[in-house]
Amino acid sequence: MIGTGISVNSITARRRHPLARLAVVALALGLLGGGYALFAPSNSADAAIASGKADDVAEGKSLFVAHCSSCHGMNAEGTKMGPPLVGVGAAAVDFQVSSGRMPAGGPGPQMERKPLGEWVTPEAITQLSAYIQSLGGGPQRPTAEMVDPAKGDAAKGGELFRANCIQCHNFVGAGGALTYGKHAPNLNEATPEQIYEAMVTGPQAMPVFNDSIITPEDKRNMIAYIVQMRELQDPGGFGLGRIGPVTEGLVVWIAGLSFMSMTAIWITAKKRKK
Amino acid sequence: MTTLKEPALTETPKLIAGPASYLDDRLGAGSFLKRNLRKVFPDHWSFLLGEIALYSFIILLLTGTFLTFWFKPGMGHVEYQGPYEQLRGVMMSEAYASTLKISFEVRGGLLMRQMHHWAALLFVAGMTVHMLRVFFTGAYRKPRELNWIIGVLLLTLALAEGLTGYSLPDDLLSGAGLRITEGVAISLPLVGTYLTFFLFGGEYPGEDVIARFYSLHILLIPGILLALISAHMILMWVQKHTQMPGTGRNNTNVVGAPFYPAFMAKAGAYFLFTFTAIAALGTFAQINPIWLFGPYTPADISAGSQPDFYMGFLEGALRLMPAWEINFLGYTLPLSVLIPALVPMGIIMTGLALYPFIEQWVTGDRREHHIADRPRNNPHRTSIGMAAVVFYGLLWLLGANDEISAFFHIDLYHTTIFGRFAVFLGPALAYVVTYRICMGLQRKDAEVMSHGVESGVIKRMPNGQYIEVHVPPAEDIADHLRGKARLPILPGEADIEGIPPKGARSILGKARAVLSKKYGTEHVPLEEEGGHGHAAIGSGEDKH
Repeated sequence: MIGTGISVNSITARRRHPLARLAVVALALGLLGGGYALFAPSNSADAAIASGKADDVAEGKSLFVAHCSSCHGMNAEGTKMGPPLVGVGAAAVDFQVSSGRMPAGGPGPQMERKPLGEWVTPEAITQLSAYIQSLGGGPQRPTAEMVDPAKGDAAKGGELFRANCIQCHNFVGAGGALTYGKHAPNLNEATPEQIYEAMVTGPQAMPVFNDSIITPEDKRNMIAYIVQMRELQDPGGFGLGRIGPVTEGLVVWIAGLSFMSMTAIWITAKKRKK
Repeated sequence: MTTLKEPALTETPKLIAGPASYLDDRLGAGSFLKRNLRKVFPDHWSFLLGEIALYSFIILLLTGTFLTFWFKPGMGHVEYQGPYEQLRGVMMSEAYASTLKISFEVRGGLLMRQMHHWAALLFVAGMTVHMLRVFFTGAYRKPRELNWIIGVLLLTLALAEGLTGYSLPDDLLSGAGLRITEGVAISLPLVGTYLTFFLFGGEYPGEDVIARFYSLHILLIPGILLALISAHMILMWVQKHTQMPGTGRNNTNVVGAPFYPAFMAKAGAYFLFTFTAIAALGTFAQINPIWLFGPYTPADISAGSQPDFYMGFLEGALRLMPAWEINFLGYTLPLSVLIPALVPMGIIMTGLALYPFIEQWVTGDRREHHIADRPRNNPHRTSIGMAAVVFYGLLWLLGANDEISAFFHIDLYHTTIFGRFAVFLGPALAYVVTYRICMGLQRKDAEVMSHGVESGVIKRMPNGQYIEVHVPPAEDIADHLRGKARLPILPGEADIEGIPPKGARSILGKARAVLSKKYGTEHVPLEEEGGHGHAAIGSGEDKH
């Protein structure tokens, strides 16, 4: 090492220093960690920047403190009233808040879909999502293309829908009963985004269908099926709620038999002799 | 101007007389028709309820024949390439694909399918209300017991016919029903597995069951139904219809309108009304939308999977039953399936079949009855009937407990627990309440006969007292009320020396005497004002 003032011998000597091994390990770890932080798929704060603007996180935090913290805690750490929200992701926030389930109306076996509060604007949802996403990552909101029903194959989606969804949501998503006062809601009001987010986050009693169970493409196929089924006009007349034979039985007894009894009374009626 | 000679109205025109006498000379039908066309039928609206079932059956035969032209009872796998987009490219059985074809490609096919299904529901509903009418008016009594048993057989066969028909389209909903059928068959002790393999031709679901159910549904069961319906009608014709009590009606005559033309016109009109109801339902109300359910796969099941209404009571029993089973020497006896499948059906169908004979045994009444009872006048029978109706109705209602839970936001388990108690307490309560109502109505009848009915005229007496004038009931109403007959009671009282009559000495005999007394005693006699008889009612002024 000419001109550096450090002799080769001294480097060699330092290499053999007792602390050298430790320094090398520290350097390697530092490079690996730093590099990972730089290039790896980002979550936490970087994700917040990716899903919105950096100041969305701050705005979201103040919204959170105002509307959510009484149950979920000041830092979304959870309380007796509500679960921690660290790691639930932006998808969960969008699903719960945009469907009106959160903020909760009150305690009960299940949070219901309800009209949105005045402060719940698309912008506010974006800010809240960014804040929750910044806490611990989690499933992201889908892009418009990922949930476009026009791009899905409904027939394929129908097979997956029948295999995975109808045991709770009924064969056309009319909803059904669960245990302990809970129920699987009717899917007619859910937007394609909400259907996607419900699958990736598994809200309330619903299981999670993550991307390794059902690929994003198949999710889009299922969304196509759900949307097409609810837009499908019933070819046989009134659909009777599309819940199967229960309403059919009611119709035959109430409408059918009343009609038949009234006509029987009519054609056997006699003028009373005064 | 020449005037045409007008034929007298009593003369039969040649065009009719010629062929008619040709036929009569060869068939000898004239005297038969002469006798039978004038047959008298009594008039009451409830006597038409059975005709709902009869006419529905005719419509079922016609629409069903139409459906057989396109239906393929096969379980071979095909890929759907029809016009219904949401299933295109999906693999399914030939049966399901052909039902989709009937629904979407055959002209009028969907209407026929829907009419067939609505007619099936109306068929069973019509039978049910007809059976209730016959029960509550005691029209099953001698000499009609055998016709009553034919009726019970018809009802049972109708359930089997419905079950096989429900399974044919091989959609996801019908598959769920078929799976329960398999579950019941396989849970039978000793023969269960053999029976299941015999029925399905191997492991469930196999490839045979649709074709086998098809043969049963379009050939065997309708054949038996047709034969039994004919027997039912012929017996009714020969034994004559019962009539409600009323003016000039007694146990040895029938008062009403002749078959031709009056009753025939009414029956024809009622057929058209039945047709209207079924056609309107088939047009405006969607039924069994198999394309929404998707093809059957044993792995899939939908929330709210339900049978048609007439199987609802079995579904309810299955849902209420606790998960009991007996394991003995490596064999399992699944009571949780066996009891709900066999016990309610057994209670209801066996109870119905045996009731005429049990009642005869209890009352010792071997007389012929052609006058129908008013339900209030046999309070124990009416109460037993209502208890059975409530038992059936609760099971039926709780067969839909998931829809009730989802729709009314009631905890599903609460409906189950409610049902487990209600199915025992409800019938008992219904018995007591019905009994009280019957007795109240009997007292009301007695009051009408003894005091008359309120005229709405208030009279002021010279002393300032106001009274309401009661007038005797209209003649036809009074005659209707007078149709009340005392229920016979078997002798059961011991004589002076403490010796009971011959029949009431054994334990069974004693029980019979007690039951007989209970069954016949509660009776409010009709007294026509002070026992002076009908003519003495006069102005009917009431002196309270």
